Amino acid sequence: MTLNAELSRRIYTDMWRIRLFEEEALRQTSLGSVKGTLHTYCGEEAIAVAVCAHLRDDDYVLGTHRSHGHCLAKGAPMDRMMAELFGRATGSCRAKGGSMHIADFSRNILGANGIVAGGIGPGTGTALASRIRKSDQVSVVFFGDGAAARGPFHEGLLFGSLWKLPVVYVCENNGYQQWVPRKNVAVVDSVADMAASYAIPGVSVDGQDLEAVYDAAGVAVERARRGEGPTLIEARTYRFYGHSLGDMEEYRSREEVDDWRENRDPIKLFSAWMKERQWLGDDEDEAIQAEVKVEVARSVAYAEESPLPEPEDVLTDVLDTEWRVSA
Amino acid sequence: MRTIALRDALREALHEEMARDESVFVIGEDVIAHGGPYTVTQGIVDKWPDRIFETPIAEAGIVGLGVGAALAGMRPVVEIMYVDFITCAMDEVVNQAAKMRYMTGGQASVPIVIRLPCGPARLVAAQHSQIMESWFMHVPGLQVAAPSTPYDAKGLMKTAIRSPDPVAFFEYKALYVSEGGVPEEDYVIPFGKADIKREGEDATVVAIGGMVPRALEAGIALEDEGYDIEVVDPRTLAPLDMETICESVRRTGRAVVCEMDSSFAGTGAEIAAALAEQCFHDLRAPIVRVGSPHVPMPFAEELVNVTVPDAGDVSAAVRKVMA
Repeated sequence: MTLNAELSRRIYTDMWRIRLFEEEALRQTSLGSVKGTLHTYCGEEAIAVAVCAHLRDDDYVLGTHRSHGHCLAKGAPMDRMMAELFGRATGSCRAKGGSMHIADFSRNILGANGIVAGGIGPGTGTALASRIRKSDQVSVVFFGDGAAARGPFHEGLLFGSLWKLPVVYVCENNGYQQWVPRKNVAVVDSVADMAASYAIPGVSVDGQDLEAVYDAAGVAVERARRGEGPTLIEARTYRFYGHSLGDMEEYRSREEVDDWRENRDPIKLFSAWMKERQWLGDDEDEAIQAEVKVEVARSVAYAEESPLPEPEDVLTDVLDTEWRVSA
Repeated sequence: MRTIALRDALREALHEEMARDESVFVIGEDVIAHGGPYTVTQGIVDKWPDRIFETPIAEAGIVGLGVGAALAGMRPVVEIMYVDFITCAMDEVVNQAAKMRYMTGGQASVPIVIRLPCGPARLVAAQHSQIMESWFMHVPGLQVAAPSTPYDAKGLMKTAIRSPDPVAFFEYKALYVSEGGVPEEDYVIPFGKADIKREGEDATVVAIGGMVPRALEAGIALEDEGYDIEVVDPRTLAPLDMETICESVRRTGRAVVCEMDSSFAGTGAEIAAALAEQCFHDLRAPIVRVGSPHVPMPFAEELVNVTVPDAGDVSAAVRKVMA
């Protein structure tokens, strides 16, 4: 499937949905309505939307601590996500997960994950389930460059390759492992090079270039669906905000951030790309943003109107207490 | 009823559950070759070659894949060759398997069974002899089973496989060849139901896993001294059937709690504390715990013998509560 005007507009809208959802969530944090911390995806939007554009509803997605983008791109309802960030009973996880554990199993979004590389083993396991059931569902695991240092990354890729499982590993290399530049803690520059150790294709793309990510993901997803095994995609990207709330960002210069925001913003770049092809007019562009603003405002209203969890909810959802064994 | 070994009972449970439900599969190191070191997975590859996976030595990957497959609706039975090796996969057990249902507000179900061969056997020292049940009891979202007989092993394994939530299934290596009656028809043992392995009037001995046969041995020896002990086997440690344990202690007025693991911050500590809270006024003597000293498992047999509690230690504890 190649990018056409209609698909591009849908993808472009999703990028704005992520951007404006998160900027509103940040604003709500300063107002005290959104609790806990937030790891924002702003600046990295092209990756989630370009990859998820290739997925079916029944394909699996597993994420990171920075997964609002993955959830929205895979179709999680924004209002329930906002309600989760507000800590409301109507939230995606009924106020038990919050930003770092947001999930929507009805759309096979099996969850953000607060453990770096935590989704890689399970995402390889959902692919194993596809294999055993002889289904052609594909699993996509998103993770950051920091995850490539952890054992579960290596073990997951080994299993995925060994059994040729239908999984796509997407490394969002934003250049910083929390507050430390990747070059200070890594011995190979490109995470994609690590694919060689597991005898799978490794592709490095510009994560700000939606078309590049879209094309690489298309090849990888189709390869997985055909039963030919995993691909490791590294998408080079940048986060516009700090690692999480309260990050003083002493490890990078204002100029560096401004340069990325000005010249490497995936939304600006894709907007220009579409306009070059006459796929997006200025009016349409404004209309899309206005529409998304309404959706975001509605999600805030939904969250504000939603009830807080009841104290007794703390004891539910530990185990399935309704279940009884029978011979 | 025919008599079979505990490992054969486990193997039967696996075969029967795999025949019953095609979402059940086996994954672990060496599980095809010889059916694993304990032969529990023998014969599966012949019947279901597509549902048994022999893995690299990568425990985090093994359990991680199991968690993912379970999230996708499969029922993995994971074999970790020695419980000691599960430390390489604690993130997958604790942060992924156990917390997933809660973190997702009840959306996730992780029906995974993690088989954990445990305890001393064959003098393999500190990294191949640990027990660790209490580590897993302490994690909300995990269920912990520790059968002591072939009958319980089969019934609990079938329940574990059918359960919608993760189970840490402790198999005492020293008990694999111990024999007992096991019916041929389908049966299950619900979690959270203790079993009174020996009825008695004078003292309640709560014995866990590998300590159950030792407590029963002590029961016979103590008859000569005129003591009639009751042996209660919780069978699952999470959930823990304190009701049955308390009911027994209220009758006998005396309690000994035995585990093979270190007693410090152990399973027995939880049971003893719960007894103190719930049965204090029924106790006619302080509760006595039996367990290993707080040391890693040594190598030499002479050292192992003074580390791991035996029937003599149980008897000594009973004499103490009877005094």
